Amino acid sequence: MSLNQPIRVAVLLSVGQHPVTARPRRADQDARALELALQLGNVEITPLHVGLMNEQNEAALRSYLGMGIRQIRLIEPKAISLQESPDILFSLEQGVRDSGANIVLCGSRAETGESSGLVPYLLAKKLGWPIVSGLVSIEKIEQGSATLLQALPRGQRRKLKVSLPAVLTVDPAAATARQSAFGPAQRGSIKTHSPSTSPNLSDADLQKSSASDSVLWQFQPAKKRPKRLKIIKATSARDRFKAAAAKADASGGKVLQGVSADDAANEIIKLLLEEGVLNLDSRL
Amino acid sequence: MTVSFDEIPEKSGFCAIDCIHSTPILHHRALILEPLLALRFNGVDSPQGIKRKAPHNVGFIGPNGIRRIDRSGAQQGGVASRKEVAQQSSRRLHSIDQPQHHIMVVADMTGGRLSAQDKDILGLAHQLAAKKAATAVMLVVFGEHKETTFAESGVDRLLHIEGDAFEGFSPDLRLAWLAAIEREMQPDYWIFPDSGLGGGDLGRRLAVELEVHAATGLWQVNLNEEGFSCTCRASAATQDLTRALPRVILALAECAEPISDTLHEAQEVKLMREPLDQLPRIQDLGAVAVDPASVSLAEAEFILSGGNGIRDWDAFHETARILGATEGASRVAVDDGFMPRDRQVGATGTWVTARVYMAVGISGAIQHLQGIQSCDKVICINTDAGCDMVKRADLALIGDSTEILAAVRRKVSELKQEKRHVA
Repeated sequence: MSLNQPIRVAVLLSVGQHPVTARPRRADQDARALELALQLGNVEITPLHVGLMNEQNEAALRSYLGMGIRQIRLIEPKAISLQESPDILFSLEQGVRDSGANIVLCGSRAETGESSGLVPYLLAKKLGWPIVSGLVSIEKIEQGSATLLQALPRGQRRKLKVSLPAVLTVDPAAATARQSAFGPAQRGSIKTHSPSTSPNLSDADLQKSSASDSVLWQFQPAKKRPKRLKIIKATSARDRFKAAAAKADASGGKVLQGVSADDAANEIIKLLLEEGVLNLDSRL
Repeated sequence: MTVSFDEIPEKSGFCAIDCIHSTPILHHRALILEPLLALRFNGVDSPQGIKRKAPHNVGFIGPNGIRRIDRSGAQQGGVASRKEVAQQSSRRLHSIDQPQHHIMVVADMTGGRLSAQDKDILGLAHQLAAKKAATAVMLVVFGEHKETTFAESGVDRLLHIEGDAFEGFSPDLRLAWLAAIEREMQPDYWIFPDSGLGGGDLGRRLAVELEVHAATGLWQVNLNEEGFSCTCRASAATQDLTRALPRVILALAECAEPISDTLHEAQEVKLMREPLDQLPRIQDLGAVAVDPASVSLAEAEFILSGGNGIRDWDAFHETARILGATEGASRVAVDDGFMPRDRQVGATGTWVTARVYMAVGISGAIQHLQGIQSCDKVICINTDAGCDMVKRADLALIGDSTEILAAVRRKVSELKQEKRHVA
């Protein structure tokens, strides 16, 4: 990447599904990815969507336009039936390469279909770029690298530096997407591109996709998962009765009575340090 | 009652007591009974050669003259400990001398220990291993760990890969190691916990590397004779997908029962050929300090919670700031207006998952105790030693909370100062 080359960000947008009404909508995580890109400022954003153009999809895609982008680039693949077929991946790769992007931003998983979260990884492998998942924000983009903030469990954050170009997927903890405005959504355009070169899939690729067992997959509405029962392995009737009837007993904890405040404080600090929740490095 | 204990041979503690109370007549009667006593509790062979027990002669006579039967073993001294020993060794030893096949489990090891989800996927691995003879479950552990119960959790073989680089985020290096394992061992299955950044990330990387269409969000396996299939959550958990079981599995928590009745070898193995070092494309710059007040209560790691017993709320807030804890409160404290509603812990407020929960001046209403069910360690400061929170707590301190919190603040500040001077 030369010095005066602008940063180009390709944002992969998908059509989501409302969890209650099951209507098509903008996918929540993809909208967050777009929000992240919009907040960067001073970058060129190329919103990309691979899929078919119909009335329902258009409404969903227009709600991305309502976030303040002028155009969505839509690539219509030839075969859409197979999930994550080589054709879709090929279209995605072509779209990213045509846009000349250094950064690909997307949600971590789709809201329809298998939603396995594998697409960003497959795309990264195809492009040969590194992938970072669970992104919360992009702090800084320098020549050839970006400093990122990654979400860890329990609200913790980690700073990473990744060499560009790279694929980045956002975490649900990233900033919520802005509202979609009606006017811009109607004014914006969805421009259909056909892939610059026709999918030059090798026979082996096609074979793999047709031989893949995904045709045999069965989708059903999600069943409620069985709640795990507490298994009681008691040898005597008394133990079984106790396990079934007893209220939360003293859990074998340490009870300190009549100790001085200092000793009590020492005990507390000892436990906190053992568990590693007390950070003595922080100021005050 | 003047029977001398010396004359009763010590068969067991309560034989003697029983005998004194039920036969308070004669001194020498005890001596006559003695051989009978010896037989009574161990059972005796009858003339027909059948083992007999006298069912009426169990228990002991309590202090108020009522016969008591205590089956917990607490009254029987030595007998109880023997029973415990028997229980501990009751786990069947499961050993595999020459494993022909391997199932790889890559654990998250949150905090250096096997998480509950890790134990579940080890259980899943054993379900799969049971379908094929001489299959060993191998656990891959990156970096330092504090775990001591590998054998109880179902680890047949342990591949511990050490290195400082594994402390941080190092997906490329980990993937290189997994690829090396794949080349050398050719495992039947790879099982990962499908959890945010740990197994969820690494498992997808490996699946793409091996060109396997991984099963993600798996929560059930059906191991029929016709073929193995599995059920996964799809479409953002609104649908279930049933498909054939692939080689790479990313499983959700509670996908299988953890191992509970066998003991495994947990034998350490080493890899013959280690992967080459490579230039990492992702660099870990370390953790970022997060304001604990901004962390939502449900996912906070360390919560300082205040209740009705707190008199000085300013001191409470100060303590939370110094300890770096997220603040919580009981319903009473919220109702009285000392804390906002979104800080309420309990069944009627937020169900918390903190690793350490410190309850100050909270007596422990049942709704509150429900809300802290999944907390690991509970510290409690209270003036009432009989309250329910003290029973739940791992460390309970009975005393004035204002004084104890003041001492904690002082000592932590001192420790921080010391640390800064050393550094």
